[in-house]
Amino acid sequence: MSASHAKSIAASFASGALFAVGLGIAGMTQPSKVIGFLDLFGAWDASLAFVMIGAIGVYVVLYRVITKRTSPLFDARFHLPTRRDLDRRLLLGSAIFGIGWGLGGYCPGPGLVAAGSGSLVALAFVLSMAVGMKLEQWVAARTW
Amino acid sequence: MHNFTPYSALLGGAVIGLASALFLLSLGRVCGVSGLFGGLLRRGADIPWQRAAFVGGLVVGGALLRLVYPHAFAARETIATAATAATQALPWLSALPPWAIVVPAGLLVGFGTQLGNGCTSGHGICGISRLAPRSMVATASFMAAGFATVFVVRHVLGGAS
Repeated sequence: MSASHAKSIAASFASGALFAVGLGIAGMTQPSKVIGFLDLFGAWDASLAFVMIGAIGVYVVLYRVITKRTSPLFDARFHLPTRRDLDRRLLLGSAIFGIGWGLGGYCPGPGLVAAGSGSLVALAFVLSMAVGMKLEQWVAARTW
Repeated sequence: MHNFTPYSALLGGAVIGLASALFLLSLGRVCGVSGLFGGLLRRGADIPWQRAAFVGGLVVGGALLRLVYPHAFAARETIATAATAATQALPWLSALPPWAIVVPAGLLVGFGTQLGNGCTSGHGICGISRLAPRSMVATASFMAAGFATVFVVRHVLGGAS
């Protein structure tokens, strides 16, 4: 394994661990805080909006700085999405995700972090999420 | 407003933004958890070791948080999903064990994030920051679906006021 390959793996791990810490500080690993945000007509907790504001605020600035480079640290080039079309898959997929998110209070990141903390419920979520993902990949290979 | 924690939310959000930026700087890619995890499951996806390391970081981060900041996680008995939090619910609904809710929830999240090419991190944070039209629409879509789901389960089915 080259030094650069090893460093890219280490950097990926560090990003994941830092991401987990951020989620934990933000309270996003608690489904009740997420459901609280989504309970617009009930006991509303706006905290999640502030998490997004904090994240976007930082990322907007750093994104501009980082993408001025010709390449990232451990790859030959940037691999950023270029699609701009709005299709049914995007709308339907996002809606289906939103329903699952509203039901369980977990989305992929927090689910994985909570599973790491030893929560069996979160582990069940992650395993089901993996099955759902495989199912979509299987369907996609056959239809679109 | 209930349980509003603006300062820890902003700080935690900033750390998430920083983590995403670190990933962008290192691998030149959007830090989308569903995309990274989904690619781990897919044969032939690129950067498999880096994907595994990122997911490993999330999991190990969770273990670390459990040690130093256990307050970050829900108490085992109080997993407050939209369904189980329904107060005057149909009896069978509020009596459901947590896994009966999170398994369907997980299936939907898994399927939906792959179909929609992203989740709260990829679309909600990275995409919006880039002013990507697809991400702004996707975020509006999953937020609306989330609001509607909690409304239906908690207030329509559950009878909560």
